[in-house]
Amino acid sequence: MHTFEFIRPKDAKAAVATAARAKTAQQGADIRFLGGGTTLIDLMKLNVETPARLIDINRLPLDKIETTPDGGLKIGATVRNSDLAHHPKVQRDYAVLSQAIVSGASTQLRNMATTAGNLLQRTRCVYFRDTAMPCNKRQPGTGCSVITGSNRMLAILGTSEHCIATNPSDMCVAMAVLEATIHVQGPPTRGSRAIPIGDFHLLPGKTPERETVLEPGDLITHVTLPPPVAGSRQVYLKLRDRVSYEFALASAAVMITVAGGRVTRARVALGGVGTRPWRSPEAEAALVGQSVNQANIRKAAEAALRDAKPQSENAFKIELAKRSLTSALQMATA
Amino acid sequence: MSTTQQIQTTSPIGRRTPRVDGSLKVTGEAQYTSDFHFPGMLYAVPVEATVANGRVLKLDTAAAEKMPGVRAIFHRENIGKIFRSVPEPGFEGICEERRPPFEDDVVRYYGQYLALAVADTFETAKAAADAVRVTYEKEKPNVATELQSDDDPEAVLATSEVILATFGPQNRLESERGDAKAAFADAPIKIDQTYVTPAETHNPIELHATTAMWESPNNLTLYDSTQGVVNLRSVLAQMFGLPEENVRVISKFLGSGFGGKLFPWTHCALAAAAARQLSKPVKLVLSRKMMFQAVGHRARTQQRVQLGAARDGKLVSLQHDYVYDRSMLDYHHEDCGEATAYQYSVPNLRVTFGRAKRNIGATADMRGPGAVPGLYATESAMNELAYELKIDPVKLRVINEPKIDEGLGLPFSSRHLLECFELGTEKFGWSTRTPEVGSMKRNGLTLGWGMAGCSWIAARFLAEASVQLRDDGTARVACATQDIGTGTYTILAQLASQKTGVPLDKVEVALGDTSLPPGPLSGGSMVTGSVAPAVFAAADNAIASLLNIAAMTPGSPFEKRPPTDLAFENGRVFVKVEGAARGVPFADLLRRLNLRVVNGNGRSETTFGNPRPKFSTRSFGCHFVEVTWQPEMARLRVSRVVTVMDGGRIVNPLAGRNQIEGAVVMGIGMALLEHTTYDPQNGAPINSSLADYVMAVNADHPPIEVYFLDFPDKKINEVGARGIGEIGLAGFAAAVTDAVHHATGVRVRELPIKIEDLLV
Ligand SMILES: Cc1cc2nc3c(=O)[nH]c(=O)nc-3n(C[C@H](O)[C@H](O)[C@H](O)COP(=O)(O)OP(=O)(O)OC[C@H]3O[C@@H](n4cnc5c(N)ncnc54)[C@H](O)[C@@H]3O)c2cc1C
Repeated sequence: MHTFEFIRPKDAKAAVATAARAKTAQQGADIRFLGGGTTLIDLMKLNVETPARLIDINRLPLDKIETTPDGGLKIGATVRNSDLAHHPKVQRDYAVLSQAIVSGASTQLRNMATTAGNLLQRTRCVYFRDTAMPCNKRQPGTGCSVITGSNRMLAILGTSEHCIATNPSDMCVAMAVLEATIHVQGPPTRGSRAIPIGDFHLLPGKTPERETVLEPGDLITHVTLPPPVAGSRQVYLKLRDRVSYEFALASAAVMITVAGGRVTRARVALGGVGTRPWRSPEAEAALVGQSVNQANIRKAAEAALRDAKPQSENAFKIELAKRSLTSALQMATA
Repeated sequence: MSTTQQIQTTSPIGRRTPRVDGSLKVTGEAQYTSDFHFPGMLYAVPVEATVANGRVLKLDTAAAEKMPGVRAIFHRENIGKIFRSVPEPGFEGICEERRPPFEDDVVRYYGQYLALAVADTFETAKAAADAVRVTYEKEKPNVATELQSDDDPEAVLATSEVILATFGPQNRLESERGDAKAAFADAPIKIDQTYVTPAETHNPIELHATTAMWESPNNLTLYDSTQGVVNLRSVLAQMFGLPEENVRVISKFLGSGFGGKLFPWTHCALAAAAARQLSKPVKLVLSRKMMFQAVGHRARTQQRVQLGAARDGKLVSLQHDYVYDRSMLDYHHEDCGEATAYQYSVPNLRVTFGRAKRNIGATADMRGPGAVPGLYATESAMNELAYELKIDPVKLRVINEPKIDEGLGLPFSSRHLLECFELGTEKFGWSTRTPEVGSMKRNGLTLGWGMAGCSWIAARFLAEASVQLRDDGTARVACATQDIGTGTYTILAQLASQKTGVPLDKVEVALGDTSLPPGPLSGGSMVTGSVAPAVFAAADNAIASLLNIAAMTPGSPFEKRPPTDLAFENGRVFVKVEGAARGVPFADLLRRLNLRVVNGNGRSETTFGNPRPKFSTRSFGCHFVEVTWQPEMARLRVSRVVTVMDGGRIVNPLAGRNQIEGAVVMGIGMALLEHTTYDPQNGAPINSSLADYVMAVNADHPPIEVYFLDFPDKKINEVGARGIGEIGLAGFAAAVTDAVHHATGVRVRELPIKIEDLLV
């Protein structure tokens, strides 16, 4: 770990002003906000992240969960994952989010991890985490070690020849089906922005070091969820090797409304298989207007994985993702 | 239960006894190695090689040396002399990686130590280690997973070559009787399969830790997280050219080891050398990543098993030919054939092995070394044979139960495997099993039931102990073995209490220090069996001494009686003809005679590797496993386990059960989760963290029923206790793979079973 300066700003504005001096808000950032630290400090110990300054935002007033005027939910950036998952309104109206969060990490980690930090958690690709290995995400232009290496855990959707790193977040997959909006306070030149979660994470393409649309100084202040959808049913299903405390090999978040035996509304996203939280408009289109039965559900799963591109060790993830989606849909429509 | 011999006991041995050190541990008072701090202590962090094959061209330490707080960057040129060590009589001087650290500039595995940063704080030392720049001449590492013996086993066998291994010479033709090849060729039923087990890494939660200090230029003290203080002393004495008595090794509490801490690793010598060069205590604690590199792991194995049987299930031929990988320089022998020659009755048998060198760190013993991967293969083959023959797998084993150890041609000291099967079958409800694949269901889940037998060596290492009776009614028992978390403190207290009548809470136990009477390695499941006779002998000698004193000392109530008239029972000295009721508590006697203590020493010899044994001594057992399978989401879970053990007399059923349960959970990991992956490109053990090396967690832990038969094996020792630390892992994976086959129809022959294997 490198030596760094630790800053506790007096308010959000000061935090943004300090952070705006960073060269980048992406890989290699010299200034970083500190949430729960469960991603950042870990990567700093590995020298994968080497910021010179840490801005501790934990004492800023960003830790509340409130109902919005339109009946939705406003979740502060530093709300802990545990508090979010166990919030009664979340458990009742946004069950998929609660299920997704508690399926991730461990109690201790969830007690530390924040909403904003979880949105920005980094890939678990083991080559990204070892500075002795070439990695385009960590050090652009050095090459990708995992395409020719041990790639069982890696992505099959949204990959490029430069990077196949999986986005490991469970929370984000649920937020994708809930169509969350991420609220960012930037320096005066950019001001405050509201970014739909679908526009927030980037595909790796030729610049895998860029993972989100965030620019220097951008502070996530909160996330909003639209009002609950009456009559919808939600399920998060995560498949992995061991029972608990492991990242997903494949997961599915579904939010579905059925009327008269037909699907009237569907939101579908996959986890553990994409380079970003993977919303599937293809699966949604395949479901809406159709009657609920095994064949139609399987068709939706086929549609979701149509563009999947496997690596040497993870072709099985295509079938596994299909099974996680079909099972989730079956549970949500049973 | 007709098959279970219940030993009713009011004596300390056999009683369910909570850990005597339990409160120390839960209150944080127990001092683990890295908890010790000394004035002026410095911190060391090794620089690890980031290539697995090559040569160091340049080691640039300039930046690191300039950092404030850095005391030294040690490397080949400035570490000072570190000698090589060799095995010594009495099972000492043993280690896997013999090459002294920094001996040459060749890199043979990823993570090999190339330099050592020493600084005032751990953080500075780590930053300095990171700042050392190494330039290599790189070559492609060989970490291929396909294993082929480096030499042609048959050609070697023809010359009956004997190869060197860590514990001594090994015969490449490990065991042979009859004509296995011919019998196999003629057998009406044949199984010929190859089974693979991956490299596995010991992951005790306590990291390896060492603190070295030189009391004088000729006196080294080392606090170390070791499973063998005495052996570590002999290795260090050799490496630093010191008389053994000038080296002291202390290991008070361990956060487990699983064999990874059995023998010393090179970081111990590095810490000692750095402390010598700087004349300060130096502490070195490995990182989790380093735990995957230079401190041993279970070898990868590839085992071909050929079974020939008659149609009634009687085995006519058994061939077990295995290959394992090993590091470039080391001699670890993964004895997969350990149990093969005696587990079943078969007239024709042949066991051979080959080895394949790889650019990996030294392989080493890991819980149930050899037999655990070995029994996975042979028990799996037995299950496949049962399926082929349409014979119940329990019945197949009963049919082939041997009367004697056919490998050694000796009777077993005690073998109750059939009773294990009987009890396990009953407790599990095995008789309701329907053999057709996928035929059993519960609550919408497909069930799979599988079973396997197991065994593990039972022997004794050399052990000495001392027992002291004190005038305040307390006792002390001491031995330089160590408690790696298995409950050795408690066992020694029980043994001493049994003989002296001193209640458990009044017995002080001293372990983990070479200044105590030499004791065994915590390995091979042999501690309890080894120390029991030594402690008993020591207690007998202390009592004999007490009786002599009672008879001979003026002022004693027993003065002028011949010592032979006196006896000792339950803490009292009495005249035999008068009976114990009229005796005097030993503390009273000592106080009257103004004696603080009486001492006794005891010793028991080793039986391990005895060239002329009279009996075959082993422990036995079996596992019955249920898995649930949900094909719609490819979800497999171990849902129920019944394990029955014939492990001799169980000294502490609480700790014993704990050992078996822990082994079963590790078995779930072995069957379904654990594997160390070497990156094919640069040879790094790539999943080197607790997040990426997936082991069973609490949520993977199904209900586990453990039964002990509790037949004392008096051929082993007076108590009748064998060991139970490792056997619980043996055979387990084979029971799981068979249960998985029963549920899914898929036979997985390479561990661990992965989701993708079942997605068919
Ligand atoms: C062993 C282990 C297992 C795990 N298992 C899972 C799992 O199964 N599923 C899962 O989903 N996750 C898992 N995680 C990841 C965990 O969920 C994340 O580490 C956590 O959510 C990150 O939150 P944090 O607050 O600690 O982030 P931090 O580490 O504090 O920050 C992460 C990043 O976000 C930035 N940041 C933080 N707050 C803001 C803000 N307000 N505005 C702008 N930038 C900000 C930081 O600068 C940093 O770059 C696991 C983690 C570990 C260590």
